[in-house]
Amino acid sequence: MKIIMIIGIILTFECIESWVLMNDNERIARQEKIRNFSIIAHIDHGKSTLADRILENTKSVADREMKTQLLDSMDLERERGITIKLNAVQLKYTAKDGEDYIFHLIDTPGHVDFTYEVSRSLAACEGAVLVVDAAQGIEAQTLANVYLALDNDLELMPVINKIDLPAADPERVAQEVEDIIGLDKDDAVLASAKSNIGIEDILETIVDMVPPPDGDVSAPLKALIFDSMYDPYRGVISSIRIVDGVVKPGDKIQMMATGKTFEVAEVGINTPKPMPVKELSVGDVGYIVAAIKNVGDSRVGDTITHADNPAAEPLEGYKTMNPMVFCGMYPIDSNQYNDLREAFEKLELNDSSLQYEPETSQALGFGFRTGFLGLLHMEIIQERIEREFGIDLIATAPSVIYEVSMTDGSIVSVDNPAQMPDPQKIDRIEEPYVKAQIMVPNDYVGAVMELCQKKRGNFITMDYLDDIRVNIIYEIPLSEIVFDFFDQLKSNTKGYASFDYEIIGYKESNLVKMDILLNNEKVDALSIIVHRDFAYERGKIIVEKLKKLIPRQQFEVPVQAAIGQKIISRTNIKSMGKNVLSKCYGGDISRKRKLLEKQKEGKKKMKSVGSVEIPQEAFLSVLKMDED
Amino acid sequence: MKSLYIHIPFCNRICTYCDFTKVLIKNQPVDEYIDALIMELESLEHKNFETIYVGGGTPTALSPKQLERLLSFIAERFTVSTEYTFEANPDEVTTEKLDLLKNYGVNRVSLGVQSFNDEILKVLNRSHNFDDIFKSINHLEKIGLTNYSMDLMYNLPGETMNDIETSLKYVEQLKPKHISWYSLIIEPHTVFYNQIKKGALKIADDNVEAEKYERVMEGLGELGYPQYEISNFATSEFESAHNKTYWLNEHYYGTGAGAHGYVGNQRYYNIKPVPHYIKSMNENNTVVKETISLTEVEQIEEEMFLGLRMTEGVLKERFKDRYGMSIDEYYKDELNYLKDKKWIRDDGINVSLTEGGRMVGNEVFMSFLKST
Repeated sequence: MKIIMIIGIILTFECIESWVLMNDNERIARQEKIRNFSIIAHIDHGKSTLADRILENTKSVADREMKTQLLDSMDLERERGITIKLNAVQLKYTAKDGEDYIFHLIDTPGHVDFTYEVSRSLAACEGAVLVVDAAQGIEAQTLANVYLALDNDLELMPVINKIDLPAADPERVAQEVEDIIGLDKDDAVLASAKSNIGIEDILETIVDMVPPPDGDVSAPLKALIFDSMYDPYRGVISSIRIVDGVVKPGDKIQMMATGKTFEVAEVGINTPKPMPVKELSVGDVGYIVAAIKNVGDSRVGDTITHADNPAAEPLEGYKTMNPMVFCGMYPIDSNQYNDLREAFEKLELNDSSLQYEPETSQALGFGFRTGFLGLLHMEIIQERIEREFGIDLIATAPSVIYEVSMTDGSIVSVDNPAQMPDPQKIDRIEEPYVKAQIMVPNDYVGAVMELCQKKRGNFITMDYLDDIRVNIIYEIPLSEIVFDFFDQLKSNTKGYASFDYEIIGYKESNLVKMDILLNNEKVDALSIIVHRDFAYERGKIIVEKLKKLIPRQQFEVPVQAAIGQKIISRTNIKSMGKNVLSKCYGGDISRKRKLLEKQKEGKKKMKSVGSVEIPQEAFLSVLKMDED
Repeated sequence: MKSLYIHIPFCNRICTYCDFTKVLIKNQPVDEYIDALIMELESLEHKNFETIYVGGGTPTALSPKQLERLLSFIAERFTVSTEYTFEANPDEVTTEKLDLLKNYGVNRVSLGVQSFNDEILKVLNRSHNFDDIFKSINHLEKIGLTNYSMDLMYNLPGETMNDIETSLKYVEQLKPKHISWYSLIIEPHTVFYNQIKKGALKIADDNVEAEKYERVMEGLGELGYPQYEISNFATSEFESAHNKTYWLNEHYYGTGAGAHGYVGNQRYYNIKPVPHYIKSMNENNTVVKETISLTEVEQIEEEMFLGLRMTEGVLKERFKDRYGMSIDEYYKDELNYLKDKKWIRDDGINVSLTEGGRMVGNEVFMSFLKST
């Protein structure tokens, strides 16, 4: 009984602390103690593990709540071992100087597709911990993130992680940090997040090097929305960073982009569990709930201010990232069209790089042409729709945006191969190119060059970073990158290559539209744009692939690839032989039932196009170049 | 209770395609297994059956002494009114063992011939060869066990259309009373499955298989073996009454390691590993591993996908008697769809597969699954 009371008192005390109203002087004093930072790293360099350690070492999370990758809350994130969405958490740290500091750690994704998310979270910070693997050194993605951080004026703190690995060479990597990034190698903290080495040094460095947030506590409220999620019971929950002023429950707030006003129901911080607080003031990173029902009313990048004392200017917001990759997404069950639209609306809320607009396909019916930052982004969205919203989807092969100059002088942008104009009316077609930067040990230079050549790349340059590592630059059509380039790069270099790219503009290419005909009917959703020189080979691979993927039907189905009227490749899917002749399993009827059920489930995942049933994966297969 | 199945999970050799519960007999606790099996048989509530079927594994892998123990127990404990079948391998049917079978009332033998091609028999790792087939049939006829089923397979590795013709020729010559002629199905946990996965073995594609199946049906038809089920052929007096228990969705006990049974609305199966089976029987006096209760919807579904395997199909009146409603009402949309596709025939009395429907059987069966 006694023990329980003591715990009760402690809990109350904790709560009171965050519920006491402050005056402006106290707020200013508090502001001085705030450190907002994020962790940036190449994928697999140990960012999420370091985040876990920081959480542990600041005692903000009880051990019993610890599970690995604490900040990755989506199932998908834990399964794939990657961070997709941002997470912000408030921590208390008592430094060696005896003062208590308030940390806001904002976790960021590491994959090239999610650069946008990284830039968003960086805008809410004053500093960034740069994690570099002590064995692998600086990778392409490390550099990309460093530049983003520098663009945002962040203080960078290099951490050489995994120093206890047998292959670790912290000296060399620290030198690399100095040579390539220009940070003093003596500032680099040597650490092993996994073995809990150097974590305190990192925390002290954060206190010393990250400046407290600027901002005026008495100025009109300016809060940046850097993330949002939708809760069916509470409406939109937005993650915000307070730049000026104070916000508390009961305040009337206004969204500066839309002008809409709402009353604040709750403000709070993540510990990492959401915890309501009395107010959020300058420098705070937390969440806000204001009974916002319409997802479009709380856009990421918008500024929140007070309705009765608005700020003069909104914050700069974010540079909108333009989608690079487009595909059609169609519900397999056409009755789920509206559900799919609602799913997009909710996903769009905290992913403004996601674009979608209705489209109709002769083959697939009603769906959406959807734009993504890259292929992983596309896969993630597709998987989230299937898991979180329970909608089975057909995704067509991804496409880039082609700029088509017509003979009449007009220019048309085409993001759907099916909509490529009649070749007679086309003067020329341009496609987006990227500058691809590939870092790889010199043993694999040949393999990388071969792959880039196969992907229609133009060699630009090659530098030796040190005795072993080479930085190779190619210009490659984005359409070749978006599909399986990264997978192939990894497999051709046994995983040693790192890769980053940026769009450099449009170039003319000799492109043609290739149609696929099933049972002599053109299936618009299977059309792709290919380079004329590769068309014959591609056509052959695609029809063979479809032959393998499309199950036997009740009649013979010709599969053809055509350019215009000309058939360049064909094969036949033979009519169904049998699928019944199985034994009765000595009375094991349950097994027979399971087989039938499984087969029926599989059938549900197929789309009937005309009279042919096509499985999901067939639509993506047209772009995969591997032969099996 | 209509039927009793008894499983003998021992073999002298393991066939490369077999995924039934079985082990090599060498060094196995066969006597203990028979003890446990007898305990399980003693625990059965019903004692009078229309059919008993002893399968495997290979029941004839048992020694004459072990065989006699089992046979005499069955004879003392149970009655069987119509059909008492033993599975047998051609190289194991010595006159001594056949005498035992005959003396204890076995009136039907299911002979595992599989193929008349020695090369193929070798690939299947069968213990018999071409000559054994003729010897064993000779023995059967001499002893008077003339009601035997010849079990054959097609779509085997290395098999050509000629092999089908050869088999048909020997069927004509030997005149078995009944023929089961199953297509090879590659099941997980078999040697074949692993070989195919490694690319070491290739199986002909579905079209070749379909051609062979069509030839099997045609050839056996010409020889006077009406097809009464997808893979089974016999004149009506020699149809397998035991197998029809399954297809008619009627009840049976399954006894022995890994055996399946169907009692009331429950399907159940026994523990598979022989030592666990023996231990559980001795310690817990039960060997059931899992019991699955079927809802009425599921029972009806099974009625359909089992019944439609038979040429006669599902009898409308039987359906009504069992479930108290008309099949035409209950499966109205499904039947219309399938009739449209010409996969189902409906003569007002029976609903059955057409020839086209038989070729896409699973497709038809699936349509009747309302719960999926």
